[in-house]
Amino acid sequence: MAQIPGMVKGLGVTFKTMMRTFKNGSNTVQYPHEKEAPPIRARGVIALHEDNCTSCMLCSRSCPDWCIYIEAHKELAPPRREGGKPRAVNKLDRFDIDYALCMYCGICVEVCPFDALFWSPEYEYSEPSIADLLHDKSKLGEWMETVPAAPELEAGAEKKKK
Amino acid sequence: MMSVLAIEVPYWGQSLLRVLGGLVAVLLPAGTIVYVFLFKMMSFMQSRLGPMEAGPYGSMQLFAEVGKWLQKEDIQPDNADKRIFRMAPIVVLMSTFLLVAVVPFGPDAWFTDFETGVFYALAVSSISVLGILMAGWSSANKYSLLGGLRAAGQLIAYELPMVLAVVGVVIQAGTMNLQQIVLAQNAGSIFGSDIVGNPYVLTQFVGFVVFMIAVQAELTQAPFDMPIAESELVSGYMTEYSGFRFLIFFIGEFATAGVFAMIASTLFLGGWGIPFSWFGWTDMDSVANWMNVAGPLIVFTKMMVLVFLIMWIRFSSPRFREDQLQRFAWKVLIPVSLANIMVTAVLKVAF
Amino acid sequence: MTILNDPVNAKLGDRAQLSYIASQAADARLNVELETEGMTLNIGPQHPATHGTLRIIARLDGEQVLWAEPSCGYMHRGYEKLTEVRSFPQVTSLINRIDWLGSFANEVPFILAAENLMGVEAPPRAQWIRTILFELSRIANVSLFLGDLGVQLGAITPVFIAFRDREYVLNLIESATGGRFHPNFDRIGGLKDDLPAGWVDETKVVMKKLRNFCDEIEALLFGNEIFQSRTRGIGVIPRDVAMQYGLSGANLRASGVDWDLRRDQDSPMAWNKVDFKVWTHPDGDSFARCWVRLQETREATKIVDQLLDGIPAGPVMAKVPKIIKVPEGEAWVSTENPLGEMGYYVVSRGDSGPFRVKIRSASFNNISITPWLLRGVYVPDIITILASLYFILGDIDR
Repeated sequence: MAQIPGMVKGLGVTFKTMMRTFKNGSNTVQYPHEKEAPPIRARGVIALHEDNCTSCMLCSRSCPDWCIYIEAHKELAPPRREGGKPRAVNKLDRFDIDYALCMYCGICVEVCPFDALFWSPEYEYSEPSIADLLHDKSKLGEWMETVPAAPELEAGAEKKKK
Repeated sequence: MMSVLAIEVPYWGQSLLRVLGGLVAVLLPAGTIVYVFLFKMMSFMQSRLGPMEAGPYGSMQLFAEVGKWLQKEDIQPDNADKRIFRMAPIVVLMSTFLLVAVVPFGPDAWFTDFETGVFYALAVSSISVLGILMAGWSSANKYSLLGGLRAAGQLIAYELPMVLAVVGVVIQAGTMNLQQIVLAQNAGSIFGSDIVGNPYVLTQFVGFVVFMIAVQAELTQAPFDMPIAESELVSGYMTEYSGFRFLIFFIGEFATAGVFAMIASTLFLGGWGIPFSWFGWTDMDSVANWMNVAGPLIVFTKMMVLVFLIMWIRFSSPRFREDQLQRFAWKVLIPVSLANIMVTAVLKVAF
Repeated sequence: MTILNDPVNAKLGDRAQLSYIASQAADARLNVELETEGMTLNIGPQHPATHGTLRIIARLDGEQVLWAEPSCGYMHRGYEKLTEVRSFPQVTSLINRIDWLGSFANEVPFILAAENLMGVEAPPRAQWIRTILFELSRIANVSLFLGDLGVQLGAITPVFIAFRDREYVLNLIESATGGRFHPNFDRIGGLKDDLPAGWVDETKVVMKKLRNFCDEIEALLFGNEIFQSRTRGIGVIPRDVAMQYGLSGANLRASGVDWDLRRDQDSPMAWNKVDFKVWTHPDGDSFARCWVRLQETREATKIVDQLLDGIPAGPVMAKVPKIIKVPEGEAWVSTENPLGEMGYYVVSRGDSGPFRVKIRSASFNNISITPWLLRGVYVPDIITILASLYFILGDIDR
């Protein structure tokens, strides 16, 4: 029989893998000690840029499992021009995202017309209690620091109109 | 064994030392095998590191696991036959301890110098079948029952090629005493050359292969792990066991692997001995006394090599189906080992 | 059956099958002589071999199955109803959880159906990227199958090798779409975003790794004599039966039916721009099903490589209104998903959400053959057959 028996070949595969792990290290990462950087686009956690939010409720309405809670009230802001009329703006009272419900689909970030919501690749926010997964607007605002710049696009892509 | 110490020890002291020695000879290899092969080698073969947190490179992991198992609730199913259910793991582990009693570790370091050691070892090794069958039957679980019955069928089927494979060695050595078999291998010669002695793995290669396959099946390691078969029978006869009782099964599994590898190294690789011609020894009395210390280490090394083979095959092959397994035993292994006996006997008479 | 008529000149594989049949017949005779009591074995809903909560009720005689019946619905999530109370953009985020291993592939047929109703077509660049991601999810899905196959048959190592190499593909999907398992990247009229820079080169490297993975699995598993003896001649589905039971995908192709929607159907995807081979196997046994999937994984890496070279420039989104209202009508679109034919029948009444959606998922039809297939086999073969039929529980129960 000229052919090597399949079992011996299989043993060769496992042995080769073992030697490779010895030489080059494993494919796994010792998690708490070293971390893998997630890709830029990774959907880790939603960050809120509060100043941009106009409480238009688009995100809340388009969420497939309705996990965004928004409350706001009208407020008079100083006029833009000298002597103008005071503007009525929506002041955000409450902007909560319940990460216990969130499916990380990204529709809210996409529909936001005023660039108030961003994806951050941060992923370490597990909590011992499920109620703590409800992030309020200050906590969502803290995530803003971790939001990366949008990546360059592949050749041939159409530039986005701004 | 006692002459090693060169002091007079009372009988109870000797017995105590033997028990302690037996514990060390069973548990130490079991622990080493689990760490080196199950934790580390398997992980490396799968491009991962295995346990790394408990102790340096995870070396204390086993103690952590034992601690975890000891804390767990001892669950016994309502419908289980409680007494038998509790006895079963102990019966399995008992056979391992009985088995180690005849393995020689040095010219004077043995537990019992048994005239028919081979016969005893093969007889005692099948006691574990009883334990497994007890566990399978008493668990009151269909998976356990299937697993237990599979185990019984498999272990009985592979007992036979194992015995027949050893018969070749016994014929060649002319004795059933394991100590004498070690002597015959290390003091012997192949075609007049005594550089490596006469380890029977060379002259009895067929017997060695058959024996190792049978050992693999006796240990219910893949590709012969039908009785456990986690993807079919959940965990076979161990399904209902938890905590301490599961731990005993677990120790039993790997301790038996170690002890069987020790017996295989005694039968085929020259046991505790190194070729006597290297030091000018000729028979048992001329062997230097330091072999009593070096012997266990040599047995241990040889055992690790054989367990490496067993585990390597375990980690890289899928399992047989029950009927294929039986067919393999009765239609391949037994005829081959019978032919091996015939050839050995003819050659023994011829030379 | 020809091998029964001429057992002497039968080939080796056929002989194994013959002896299997003979042993079964012998067992049957023995059982007639010795009246033995049967046993009902519930495999599942919690069982290591059912990758989810499928329950197989098997009536056993010893280890032989007298009859077996799958019982599903333990994980029914009601997607068809859920879609009725969602708007069209929201639906894609739900339905990519149907077959959770190849999730991007779930979105495509639904989006194509909605586009069909609206009369828009995605720009060519979007079509090509869609096809690439579709094939990547096929690779991610089937490579896990190849590893899982090892576990079902008792080999531990393949699954870790599969997880290792699937990780590369998932990383690619994540860096392009943002979601590892649930991309939700498809939009009506195109894609959410373009590819990030450097993605094409990275993908080419990974495809090489995946081909290497296929070679490793072939050496480790498919070449193994034990694996072959476990799968060859086990669970044979003849051509006619496979077609009668409505099997699709690799299960159908392994029975010798040359049927692949990627090639046979004209859809607004880029498959007709590349040349690829549709692998079939004449045997129809478990080995054939696994082998066809292995070859398909290889073929998919080649498809991706070809597509990467020719991505056209341009926009990734057609002109669609911001608030999507789908005109009244009905549309049926199905594609060749990793598990088989998956289709959506979408009924719209002109609202922002669908009025009714019927989901045809491949696994549900694929496991419907199990009662026919499992009769007379041994308990270990149940696992082999279920593993080789390859279902995802979410795809059965929806």
